[in-house]
Amino acid sequence: MSRSDVLTDADWVEAHGGDPGVVLVEVDEDTSAYDKGHIRNAVKIDWKKDLQDPVRRDFVDRAGFEALLSERGISNDDTVVLYGGNNNWFAAYAYWYFRLYGHDSVKLLDGGRKKWELESRELVTEVPQRAKTEYHAREQDKAIRAFRDEVVAAIGHDNLVDVRSPDEFAGRLLAPAHLPQEQAQRGGHIPTAKNVPWSKAAEEDGTFKSDDALRALYGDEAGVDFSRDTIAYCRIGERSAHTWFVLHELLGQPNVKNYDGSWTEYGSLVGVPIEVGDGK
Amino acid sequence: MSADGCGAPAGGAPVSAAKDAGTQAVVQGRVTRNGSAVPVGYARLLNSGGEFVAEVPLGEDGGFRFFAAPGSWTLRVLAPGNVRAEREVSADTGKITELEVAV
Repeated sequence: MSRSDVLTDADWVEAHGGDPGVVLVEVDEDTSAYDKGHIRNAVKIDWKKDLQDPVRRDFVDRAGFEALLSERGISNDDTVVLYGGNNNWFAAYAYWYFRLYGHDSVKLLDGGRKKWELESRELVTEVPQRAKTEYHAREQDKAIRAFRDEVVAAIGHDNLVDVRSPDEFAGRLLAPAHLPQEQAQRGGHIPTAKNVPWSKAAEEDGTFKSDDALRALYGDEAGVDFSRDTIAYCRIGERSAHTWFVLHELLGQPNVKNYDGSWTEYGSLVGVPIEVGDGK
Repeated sequence: MSADGCGAPAGGAPVSAAKDAGTQAVVQGRVTRNGSAVPVGYARLLNSGGEFVAEVPLGEDGGFRFFAAPGSWTLRVLAPGNVRAEREVSADTGKITELEVAV
Protein backbone atom coordinates (compact mmCIF):
# COMPACT_ATOMS: atom_id res chain seq x y z
CA MET A 1 0.00 0.00 0.00
CA SER A 2 1.40 3.37 -0.90
CA ARG A 3 0.83 6.77 0.67
CA SER A 4 -1.47 7.83 -2.18
CA ASP A 5 -3.76 4.85 -1.46
CA VAL A 6 -4.52 6.12 2.03
CA LEU A 7 -3.90 9.88 1.92
CA THR A 8 -5.15 12.61 -0.33
CA ASP A 9 -4.68 16.36 -0.42
CA ALA A 10 -6.78 19.48 -0.57
CA ASP A 11 -6.29 20.09 -4.30
CA TRP A 12 -7.62 16.62 -5.09
CA VAL A 13 -10.58 17.12 -2.77
CA GLU A 14 -11.41 20.48 -4.36
CA ALA A 15 -11.29 18.89 -7.81
CA HIS A 16 -13.03 15.59 -7.04
CA GLY A 17 -15.03 16.03 -3.84
CA GLY A 18 -18.27 16.11 -5.82
CA ASP A 19 -17.50 13.21 -8.15
CA PRO A 20 -19.82 10.20 -8.18
CA GLY A 21 -18.31 7.44 -6.09
CA VAL A 22 -16.50 9.90 -3.78
CA VAL A 23 -17.93 10.73 -0.35
CA LEU A 24 -16.34 13.36 1.87
CA VAL A 25 -16.97 12.86 5.58
CA GLU A 26 -16.10 15.30 8.35
CA VAL A 27 -15.60 13.53 11.66
CA ASP A 28 -15.47 15.45 14.88
CA GLU A 29 -16.31 15.17 18.51
CA ASP A 30 -17.83 18.62 18.53
CA THR A 31 -19.88 18.80 15.33
CA SER A 32 -20.59 22.50 15.72
CA ALA A 33 -17.50 22.98 13.53
CA TYR A 34 -19.28 21.16 10.69
CA ASP A 35 -22.46 23.10 11.27
CA LYS A 36 -20.62 26.43 11.00
CA GLY A 37 -18.89 25.43 7.78
CA HIS A 38 -17.52 22.33 6.09
CA ILE A 39 -15.98 21.29 2.80
CA ARG A 40 -18.54 21.32 0.01
CA ASN A 41 -20.37 17.98 -0.35
CA ALA A 42 -19.12 16.65 2.99
CA VAL A 43 -21.48 14.75 5.28
CA LYS A 44 -20.79 14.56 9.00
CA ILE A 45 -20.19 11.80 11.48
CA ASP A 46 -20.25 12.58 15.17
CA TRP A 47 -17.41 10.68 16.80
CA LYS A 48 -19.43 10.01 19.91
CA LYS A 49 -23.11 9.97 19.02
CA ASP A 50 -22.68 8.04 15.78
CA LEU A 51 -19.72 5.80 16.50
CA GLN A 52 -20.03 4.91 20.19
CA ASP A 53 -22.51 2.56 21.83
CA PRO A 54 -24.79 4.76 23.95
CA VAL A 55 -24.81 2.35 26.90
CA ARG A 56 -21.85 -0.02 26.98
CA ARG A 57 -18.26 1.18 26.68
CA ASP A 58 -17.76 -0.04 23.15
CA PHE A 59 -18.37 1.24 19.70
CA VAL A 60 -21.20 0.63 17.28
CA ASP A 61 -21.56 -2.99 16.29
CA ARG A 62 -21.63 -4.24 12.73
CA ALA A 63 -25.36 -3.64 12.34
CA GLY A 64 -25.00 -0.17 13.80
CA PHE A 65 -22.18 0.68 11.42
CA GLU A 66 -24.23 -0.60 8.49
CA ALA A 67 -27.21 1.51 9.55
CA LEU A 68 -25.04 4.61 9.98
CA LEU A 69 -23.35 4.37 6.59
CA SER A 70 -26.61 3.48 4.85
CA GLU A 71 -28.28 6.51 6.38
CA ARG A 72 -25.39 8.78 5.32
CA GLY A 73 -25.68 7.49 1.76
CA ILE A 74 -22.34 5.69 1.64
CA SER A 75 -21.98 2.59 -0.54
CA ASN A 76 -19.51 -0.25 -0.23
CA ASP A 77 -17.77 0.75 -3.45
CA ASP A 78 -17.49 4.47 -2.67
CA THR A 79 -14.13 6.07 -2.00
CA VAL A 80 -14.55 7.67 1.41
CA VAL A 81 -12.35 10.67 2.23
CA LEU A 82 -12.28 11.49 5.92
CA TYR A 83 -11.15 14.71 7.53
CA GLY A 84 -11.69 16.55 10.78
CA GLY A 85 -10.38 18.82 13.48
CA ASN A 86 -7.82 18.01 16.15
CA ASN A 87 -5.24 17.24 13.48
CA ASN A 88 -7.43 14.44 12.10
CA TRP A 89 -7.56 12.45 15.36
CA PHE A 90 -11.22 11.60 15.01
CA ALA A 91 -10.95 11.22 11.27
CA ALA A 92 -8.13 8.72 11.85
CA TYR A 93 -10.28 6.98 14.43
CA ALA A 94 -13.13 6.75 11.94
CA TYR A 95 -10.65 5.55 9.30
CA TRP A 96 -9.72 2.73 11.68
CA TYR A 97 -13.44 1.85 12.01
CA PHE A 98 -13.87 1.78 8.25
CA ARG A 99 -10.91 -0.62 8.04
CA LEU A 100 -12.16 -2.60 11.02
CA TYR A 101 -15.48 -3.15 9.27
CA GLY A 102 -13.82 -3.92 5.95
CA HIS A 103 -14.38 -0.84 3.78
CA ASP A 104 -12.07 -1.08 0.77
CA SER A 105 -11.40 2.46 -0.35
CA VAL A 106 -10.90 4.99 2.40
CA LYS A 107 -8.45 7.89 2.68
CA LEU A 108 -7.58 10.72 5.01
CA LEU A 109 -7.35 14.29 3.80
CA ASP A 110 -3.78 15.17 4.79
CA GLY A 111 -3.79 18.08 7.22
CA GLY A 112 -7.51 17.75 7.86
CA ARG A 113 -9.67 20.71 8.65
CA LYS A 114 -6.81 22.77 10.07
CA LYS A 115 -4.72 22.95 6.91
CA TRP A 116 -7.86 23.60 4.89
CA GLU A 117 -8.77 26.52 7.16
CA LEU A 118 -5.26 27.91 7.34
CA GLU A 119 -5.19 27.97 3.54
CA SER A 120 -8.51 29.87 3.57
CA ARG A 121 -10.19 27.31 1.34
CA GLU A 122 -13.96 27.31 0.83
CA LEU A 123 -16.25 26.18 3.65
CA VAL A 124 -20.01 25.98 3.13
CA THR A 125 -23.02 25.41 5.37
CA GLU A 126 -25.10 23.65 2.72
CA VAL A 127 -25.72 20.03 3.76
CA PRO A 128 -25.63 17.57 0.85
CA GLN A 129 -28.61 15.30 0.32
CA ARG A 130 -27.47 11.76 -0.39
CA ALA A 131 -29.84 8.91 -1.18
CA LYS A 132 -29.87 6.10 1.36
CA THR A 133 -27.88 2.98 0.56
CA GLU A 134 -27.75 -0.59 1.80
CA TYR A 135 -24.29 -0.78 3.26
CA HIS A 136 -22.88 -4.18 4.19
CA ALA A 137 -20.08 -4.30 6.75
CA ARG A 138 -17.81 -7.27 7.36
CA GLU A 139 -17.09 -8.80 10.74
CA GLN A 140 -14.66 -6.72 12.79
CA ASP A 141 -11.05 -7.30 11.81
CA LYS A 142 -9.61 -8.07 15.24
CA ALA A 143 -6.11 -8.02 13.74
CA ILE A 144 -6.13 -4.24 14.17
CA ARG A 145 -7.91 -3.95 17.55
CA ALA A 146 -6.26 -4.75 20.89
CA PHE A 147 -8.04 -5.64 24.13
CA ARG A 148 -6.72 -5.29 27.66
CA ASP A 149 -5.52 -8.86 28.16
CA GLU A 150 -3.36 -8.62 25.05
CA VAL A 151 -1.97 -5.35 26.32
CA VAL A 152 -0.97 -6.83 29.65
CA ALA A 153 0.55 -9.84 27.85
CA ALA A 154 2.54 -7.50 25.61
CA ILE A 155 4.41 -5.88 28.52
CA GLY A 156 8.12 -6.55 28.09
CA HIS A 157 7.44 -8.58 24.97
CA ASP A 158 5.91 -6.55 22.15
CA ASN A 159 6.09 -2.86 21.31
CA LEU A 160 3.77 -0.70 23.33
CA VAL A 161 3.60 2.84 22.00
CA ASP A 162 2.07 5.44 24.27
CA VAL A 163 1.17 8.35 22.02
CA ARG A 164 0.05 10.79 24.72
CA SER A 165 1.98 13.91 25.65
CA PRO A 166 5.07 13.46 27.87
CA ASP A 167 3.22 14.92 30.88
CA GLU A 168 0.41 12.41 30.53
CA PHE A 169 2.93 9.60 30.05
CA ALA A 170 4.77 10.60 33.20
CA GLY A 171 1.54 10.80 35.19
CA ARG A 172 1.66 14.56 35.81
CA LEU A 173 -1.46 15.13 33.69
CA LEU A 174 -4.42 12.80 33.28
CA ALA A 175 -5.79 14.36 30.11
CA PRO A 176 -4.48 16.48 27.26
CA ALA A 177 -3.78 20.05 28.32
CA HIS A 178 -6.75 21.44 26.41
CA LEU A 179 -9.08 19.63 28.84
CA PRO A 180 -9.71 19.96 32.58
CA GLN A 181 -7.64 17.54 34.65
CA GLU A 182 -10.53 15.85 36.38
CA GLN A 183 -10.30 12.12 35.75
CA ALA A 184 -10.16 9.80 38.74
CA GLN A 185 -7.98 6.97 37.47
CA ARG A 186 -4.28 6.56 38.22
CA GLY A 187 -1.71 8.43 36.21
CA GLY A 188 1.29 6.94 34.48
CA HIS A 189 1.89 4.49 31.66
CA ILE A 190 2.07 0.80 30.86
CA PRO A 191 5.51 -0.55 31.82
CA THR A 192 7.92 -0.90 28.88
CA ALA A 193 5.83 1.45 26.71
CA LYS A 194 7.75 3.92 24.58
CA ASN A 195 6.42 7.47 24.60
CA VAL A 196 6.09 8.79 21.07
CA PRO A 197 3.51 11.58 21.21
CA TRP A 198 1.19 11.50 18.20
CA SER A 199 2.16 15.09 17.48
CA LYS A 200 5.70 14.07 16.54
CA ALA A 201 4.26 12.32 13.49
CA ALA A 202 2.63 15.50 12.24
CA GLU A 203 3.85 18.80 10.90
CA GLU A 204 2.53 22.00 12.38
CA ASP A 205 -0.14 22.24 9.66
CA GLY A 206 -1.45 18.78 10.60
CA THR A 207 0.01 16.90 7.62
CA PHE A 208 1.93 13.70 8.19
CA LYS A 209 5.71 13.75 8.07
CA SER A 210 7.53 11.89 5.31
CA ASP A 211 7.88 8.11 5.49
CA ASP A 212 11.62 8.44 6.11
CA ALA A 213 11.09 10.89 8.96
CA LEU A 214 8.40 8.66 10.46
CA ARG A 215 10.53 5.55 10.23
CA ALA A 216 13.39 7.37 11.96
CA LEU A 217 11.04 8.72 14.63
CA TYR A 218 9.69 5.34 15.73
CA GLY A 219 12.71 3.21 14.94
CA ASP A 220 15.98 5.02 15.57
CA GLU A 221 14.74 7.64 18.00
CA ALA A 222 12.12 5.75 20.05
CA GLY A 223 13.49 2.23 19.74
CA VAL A 224 10.35 0.57 18.40
CA ASP A 225 11.42 -2.85 17.13
CA PHE A 226 9.74 -3.21 13.75
CA SER A 227 10.25 -6.98 13.79
CA ARG A 228 7.79 -7.29 16.68
CA ASP A 229 4.05 -6.74 17.00
CA THR A 230 2.94 -3.30 18.15
CA ILE A 231 0.05 -1.94 20.20
CA ALA A 232 -0.62 1.80 20.26
CA TYR A 233 -2.66 3.48 22.97
CA CYS A 234 -3.50 6.94 24.29
CA ARG A 235 -6.29 8.04 26.63
CA ILE A 236 -9.42 6.97 24.74
CA GLY A 237 -8.05 5.52 21.52
CA GLU A 238 -8.36 8.28 18.95
CA ARG A 239 -4.88 9.80 19.14
CA SER A 240 -3.55 6.25 18.95
CA ALA A 241 -5.69 5.67 15.85
CA HIS A 242 -3.62 8.50 14.34
CA THR A 243 -0.43 6.59 15.24
CA TRP A 244 -1.96 3.27 14.10
CA PHE A 245 -2.57 4.99 10.75
CA VAL A 246 1.09 6.02 10.59
CA LEU A 247 2.52 2.63 11.51
CA HIS A 248 0.06 0.36 9.70
CA GLU A 249 -1.11 2.39 6.73
CA LEU A 250 1.79 4.74 5.92
CA LEU A 251 4.76 2.62 7.01
CA GLY A 252 3.09 -0.69 6.16
CA GLN A 253 3.90 -2.44 9.43
CA PRO A 254 1.85 -5.64 9.41
CA ASN A 255 0.97 -6.30 13.05
CA VAL A 256 -0.16 -3.06 14.59
CA LYS A 257 -3.22 -2.80 16.80
CA ASN A 258 -5.00 0.14 18.33
CA TYR A 259 -5.97 -0.35 21.99
CA ASP A 260 -9.16 1.70 22.07
CA GLY A 261 -9.70 1.06 25.79
CA SER A 262 -6.45 2.99 26.27
CA TRP A 263 -5.52 4.77 29.49
CA THR A 264 -9.08 5.37 30.70
CA GLU A 265 -9.42 1.58 30.86
CA TYR A 266 -5.87 0.54 31.76
CA GLY A 267 -5.41 3.25 34.38
CA SER A 268 -8.58 2.07 36.10
CA LEU A 269 -7.82 -1.68 36.14
CA VAL A 270 -7.19 -3.30 39.50
CA GLY A 271 -3.91 -5.13 39.87
CA VAL A 272 -2.11 -4.24 36.64
CA PRO A 273 1.40 -2.79 36.73
CA ILE A 274 1.82 0.94 36.17
CA GLU A 275 5.00 2.95 35.80
CA VAL A 276 5.27 6.67 36.50
CA GLY A 277 7.89 9.16 35.46
CA ASP A 278 9.37 10.33 32.21
CA GLY A 279 10.29 8.13 29.30
CA LYS A 280 13.76 6.67 29.14
CA MET B 1 -17.52 18.80 26.14
CA SER B 2 -18.08 15.44 27.75
CA ALA B 3 -15.69 14.25 30.40
CA ASP B 4 -14.81 11.14 28.44
CA GLY B 5 -14.14 12.93 25.18
CA CYS B 6 -10.70 13.98 24.13
CA GLY B 7 -11.19 16.64 21.49
CA ALA B 8 -10.39 20.30 21.71
CA PRO B 9 -13.51 22.44 21.45
CA ALA B 10 -13.25 25.80 19.71
CA GLY B 11 -11.94 28.34 22.18
CA GLY B 12 -11.07 25.65 24.70
CA ALA B 13 -13.17 23.83 27.28
CA PRO B 14 -15.00 25.99 29.82
CA VAL B 15 -13.33 26.51 33.20
CA SER B 16 -15.83 25.84 35.97
CA ALA B 17 -19.24 27.26 36.64
CA ALA B 18 -17.63 29.20 39.45
CA LYS B 19 -15.31 30.86 36.93
CA ASP B 20 -12.22 30.26 39.00
CA ALA B 21 -9.30 28.01 38.31
CA GLY B 22 -9.91 25.65 41.24
CA THR B 23 -7.10 23.12 41.14
CA GLN B 24 -6.31 23.83 37.50
CA ALA B 25 -3.42 25.82 36.05
CA VAL B 26 -5.32 27.71 33.38
CA VAL B 27 -3.73 29.62 30.50
CA GLN B 28 -6.27 31.50 28.44
CA GLY B 29 -6.64 34.53 26.27
CA ARG B 30 -7.69 36.03 23.00
CA VAL B 31 -6.10 36.57 19.61
CA THR B 32 -6.74 39.91 17.96
CA ARG B 33 -5.77 41.78 14.82
CA ASN B 34 -6.09 45.58 14.93
CA GLY B 35 -8.23 45.21 18.02
CA SER B 36 -10.72 42.75 16.46
CA ALA B 37 -11.05 39.07 17.28
CA VAL B 38 -9.34 36.55 14.99
CA PRO B 39 -11.98 33.80 14.81
CA VAL B 40 -10.15 31.41 12.46
CA GLY B 41 -6.86 30.04 13.67
CA TYR B 42 -5.22 27.76 16.18
CA ALA B 43 -3.47 28.18 19.51
CA ARG B 44 -0.76 25.65 20.35
CA LEU B 45 0.85 25.11 23.73
CA LEU B 46 4.51 24.04 23.72
CA ASN B 47 6.47 22.94 26.79
CA SER B 48 9.73 24.48 27.93
CA GLY B 49 11.60 22.14 25.59
CA GLY B 50 9.62 23.41 22.61
CA GLU B 51 7.62 20.19 22.31
CA PHE B 52 3.96 20.30 21.32
CA VAL B 53 1.54 19.72 24.20
CA ALA B 54 -1.92 20.76 23.06
CA GLU B 55 -3.83 22.76 20.50
CA VAL B 56 -7.27 24.34 20.28
CA PRO B 57 -9.06 26.07 17.42
CA LEU B 58 -9.76 29.70 18.27
CA GLY B 59 -13.28 30.51 19.35
CA GLU B 60 -15.46 33.02 17.53
CA ASP B 61 -14.14 35.68 19.91
CA GLY B 62 -10.55 34.65 19.13
CA GLY B 63 -10.40 32.90 22.50
CA PHE B 64 -8.35 29.93 23.65
CA ARG B 65 -7.92 28.06 26.94
CA PHE B 66 -5.53 25.40 28.21
CA PHE B 67 -5.36 23.39 31.42
CA ALA B 68 -1.61 23.16 31.86
CA ALA B 69 0.67 21.97 34.62
CA PRO B 70 2.47 24.63 36.70
CA GLY B 71 5.54 25.93 34.87
CA SER B 72 6.73 27.82 31.80
CA TRP B 73 5.08 27.37 28.45
CA THR B 74 5.16 28.84 24.98
CA LEU B 75 1.92 29.77 23.28
CA ARG B 76 2.04 29.75 19.48
CA VAL B 77 -0.76 31.11 17.31
CA LEU B 78 -1.32 30.01 13.70
CA ALA B 79 -3.79 31.84 11.48
CA PRO B 80 -4.54 32.07 7.75
CA GLY B 81 -2.07 34.06 5.70
CA ASN B 82 0.96 32.34 7.28
CA VAL B 83 0.41 34.28 10.50
CA ARG B 84 2.50 33.01 13.42
CA ALA B 85 2.94 34.61 16.81
CA GLU B 86 4.50 33.36 20.03
CA ARG B 87 4.27 34.37 23.67
CA GLU B 88 6.04 32.98 26.72
CA VAL B 89 3.70 32.31 29.62
CA SER B 90 3.88 30.78 33.07
CA ALA B 91 1.06 28.78 34.66
CA ASP B 92 0.31 28.25 38.34
CA THR B 93 -2.13 25.91 40.04
CA GLY B 94 -5.29 27.68 41.12
CA LYS B 95 -4.61 30.63 38.84
CA ILE B 96 -5.99 31.79 35.51
CA THR B 97 -3.20 33.36 33.47
CA GLU B 98 -4.64 35.71 30.85
CA LEU B 99 -2.93 36.97 27.75
CA GLU B 100 -3.93 38.84 24.63
CA VAL B 101 -2.01 38.06 21.47
CA ALA B 102 -2.08 40.72 18.77
CA VAL B 103 -1.09 39.37 15.36
